[in-house]
Formats: sequence, C-alpha cells, structure tokens
Amino acid sequence: MAAWTPDQPMVRLRDVHKSFGQSEVLKGISFEVMKGEVICIIGPSGSGKSTLIRSINALVPINSGSITVEGQEVNDPAVDKLALRRKVGMVFQQYNLFPHRTALQNIMMAPIHVLKQDRSEVEARARALIRKVRLEGKEDTYPGELSGGQQQRVAIARSLAMRPDLMLFDEVTAALDPETVKEVLVTIRELAREGMTCILVTHEMGFAREIANRIYFTDQGVIVEHGSPQEILDHPREARTKAFLEQVL
Amino acid sequence: MRKERAAPVTDLPVLLPVRSPCVPVLSLRAWHGLVLAAAVLMFAPAAGAQAGSEELSIIGVIIKWMPLLLTGFGFNLLISVLAMALGTIVGLGLGLLQLSEFRWLSRCAWALTQFFRNAPWLVLLFFAMYLIPYEFRIGEVTIPFPDWVKAVIGFALPVMANVAEIVRGAVQSISSGQWEAADSLAFTRRQTLWMIILPQCVKRMLPPWMNLYSLVTMATVLASVVGINEMLTLTAQVHNAEGGRTDLLAPLYAFALLCFFIYCYPINLWTVRLERRFNVKS
Repeated sequence: MAAWTPDQPMVRLRDVHKSFGQSEVLKGISFEVMKGEVICIIGPSGSGKSTLIRSINALVPINSGSITVEGQEVNDPAVDKLALRRKVGMVFQQYNLFPHRTALQNIMMAPIHVLKQDRSEVEARARALIRKVRLEGKEDTYPGELSGGQQQRVAIARSLAMRPDLMLFDEVTAALDPETVKEVLVTIRELAREGMTCILVTHEMGFAREIANRIYFTDQGVIVEHGSPQEILDHPREARTKAFLEQVL
Repeated sequence: MRKERAAPVTDLPVLLPVRSPCVPVLSLRAWHGLVLAAAVLMFAPAAGAQAGSEELSIIGVIIKWMPLLLTGFGFNLLISVLAMALGTIVGLGLGLLQLSEFRWLSRCAWALTQFFRNAPWLVLLFFAMYLIPYEFRIGEVTIPFPDWVKAVIGFALPVMANVAEIVRGAVQSISSGQWEAADSLAFTRRQTLWMIILPQCVKRMLPPWMNLYSLVTMATVLASVVGINEMLTLTAQVHNAEGGRTDLLAPLYAFALLCFFIYCYPINLWTVRLERRFNVKS
C-alpha cells in the first residue's frame, strides 16, 4: 500500500458493520475525514455513535468493512494496534483518569512508559499541558478531588501528551454539570482552532454548529444525512433528522 | 467519578435513594474482658478446692506449662505466616493466570483454583503430609522436608486458591473504563495490569486477605491431627503429663482458645476498620 499523504483522507470508513450478538449496531457506515477537519456525530441514544467512534482506534473490533487511519487498515488482525493508538487520542464520557495517580502523573505515564520518552522532557510538556487546559496548581491533586470538568480537562491533556494526529471525543460533556461543560468545550475549541483533526460524538448542538466542518446524523446504525452545520441543523432534509432536532433543540 | 448535582428543591414527592438498614456495629469493649477474667477467677478456686492437697491449682498448672504452650502457639503462628506468604505468592500468580488472554492457560488456572478452594483443609493437609516425600534429592544435594514444612505447604494450598480468587475478583471489579483508557493510550496488556489495574486492587484485596489470614491461623491447629508439635498437640501432652486430671481439661483448652482469640480478634477489628474506610473513599 502506498504511504499515506496528507492530501488523502486521514480517516476513512467504508461500509462498516458491527453486531453485538443478535443486534446490529452499525449497518454500513462510510465517511471520510481530512487532516485538520472537525467532524461531529449526532443522533439519538443507542444509534451506535459510541461504538462507531470506539471502532476507529480498535477498542471495538468490527465485523466487516474497512477503517483506515492514515492509510493503515485498523481492522487487519496483523495491524500493530499499539502503533495505531499512539496516533489516535481518545477522551471518554466518564473521564477514566487513573485514580491512584495525580493529575500530572496521569498525563506523564503514557509518554514515559509507552513512548519511552525522557522523563524530564515529558514533565515539562505535561506542565505546559496543565497550563493549556487551565489547571495550574492542580498538578499534584488526585482525580477524586477534582470536579468533573477538571477531570475531563486532565483527560484531554493526558491524550494530548501522546501528541496524537487525531482526537476522538466520546460524549465528553454528557456526564458534566451544566456549569462545567463550558470549560471543557473551551479547551476542545482551542484544539480545533489549532488544526487538530477531531471526531466528536456530542449532544451539544450549539457547539457542533460552531466548530464542526461537517455534521453526521446517525440513527439505528446508519448515517441518515450529513452536511455542513447549517444544512443539518437549519435545513434538515430527512424526517428522522427533523424529529430528532425538534426534541433536542 | 460522580456527578455533583445539587438536590433539586421541590415540594413534589421525590424518590429518595435507598438506604441500607442500619446494622449496629458490635465490638468488644474493655469491660467484656473484665467479665471474662472474673468468670475464670471465680471458677478456678472452686475447681482447685476439689483437688487433692499435693496437686497444683489449675492456675498453677497453666503458669507452670505456659512457656511450653506459648512455644507451641508460636509454632502455630510460624506455620500460619509461612503458609500465608507462600500461598499469597503462588495465589497471586494463579489469579493473574486466570485473567490470561490464552484461553487454555486461564482455564487450567481456573480449574486448579476451584479444586483447591472446594477441598476441605484437613484433606489437603493429609494430602501434603503423605504425598510429599520427607526429602528431595537434586543431584548430590538433599533437601530435607520435615513434617512442619509439609504442613506449611498443606495450608498454603487452600490459601493459594483463595488468594487467586481474591485477586481475580478485585481485578474484575475495576471498571472497564480503566482498561479502555489504558488501551487508548497504547499501554500493553501487561503494563495496564501492573501499572494501572493492580495498584488499584491492593486496597480492595487487603480486607479479604487479612480475613483469610486469621482463618489460616485458626486452622493451623489441624496440624495436631498429623502430629506436629503445635499448641493443641502440646496441650494434650500437658494434660497427660498432669495425670489426665479431668478438672484441667476445660481450663487448658480455654487457655489455647484465649491465645488464638487475643491474636485473631484485633486482626478482624482492623479488617473491619479498613473495609469501612475503603468503602467511604471509593
């Protein structure tokens, strides 16, 4: 296979199918994401959004179809999953920080032990990331003592410490208090402005409208329609999209 | 970890969280000890009065033999500590093997665990006593296996199985989100286990592990059945040496009981305290 170049799609899904037992959650999903693009996936609960985003870094193996990240086939059993995951950062709804490590240690662990980078260099980078997510002074705090929004920002910094090419956000504000949602969105907005390629599963329609290059509306395992935020949010063509937007807006 | 939402203020009926019924925490107080001591003292002279003049009083007998009996008790503790140490090391490995990605390996470990967990301890002890040779020969070197070492191995077998189960349970109780987060950061499975999962398990494993230790300590008296010179064996010998006086029977065994109680009760208290503390925190 020819080496991937930035003018080709960074992420490409072709007819992706996934079943859990009898229930088929993904019924032929295809889309492409170019470098520097921000893609939002919206849709009702249980429409397979989380499964979809997890399949991109091989947390969920798919049954058929193809997913490539920077030209590398994710679904190939021979693929080096670890190499793939070094390029793809992921942030979860439940933060999933390591509770036995401080905020700073959470950020430093993977670069030191996975990338085998020099500790002092990693520490300098981790401290810079803490400042970037506006958590100065919380370096030595354990996750249990941080608010949800603060934990989520540490989780974002933890992913960024690996210097990924692509960031996946899986409903990262869904478990947060309304007042802390904003601080997390501010962090993600900054990332997007810096040109980070992002795929977000989100329920924040206003935020999706603001930062997304394209919005994909999924329902029952298929992409119902996609387009620019204006096309999807203001002038939806499909009845299912209209019904969903009426409920959430 | 948790959502910090203020309770909504409403005059509508609300569904309150289910609260577990309040169970009173029972524990021994100092005055319990005084009552116990008083009971023994009241009983001792009465029993002593029945005995002939040249015979020692019950208290006298116990004091006379106390160094020997306590040596026996020390031997019980030695066996329990060594069995626990050996069983914990092997059990940790067995528990981790149960979580192995290689299916046949985890199946074998599981079968081994279930076998030793569901066997009576005394049977395992017999098993160890009669199946392990009294010495091993490796080339020119001969390693002797005295009875007490075999007993340690005999007790280590059920400890191993129970520790394996504690380890497996603790690892599986860690939320899958931790594995996912570690996976997404490209940690290998081994790194995830040793650096992320197991450190979180230690707290959860400590109370059941201490509980197991106190059970092992109490079980070491089973070694008297196979003739190890531990406390219960020595108590029987002391009773014989004193002419098998029937009035000595209860006090002598009560002394053994007391030794074990004084040793094990604080362990249990501490376990309960740890359990309560960890429950509050996580």
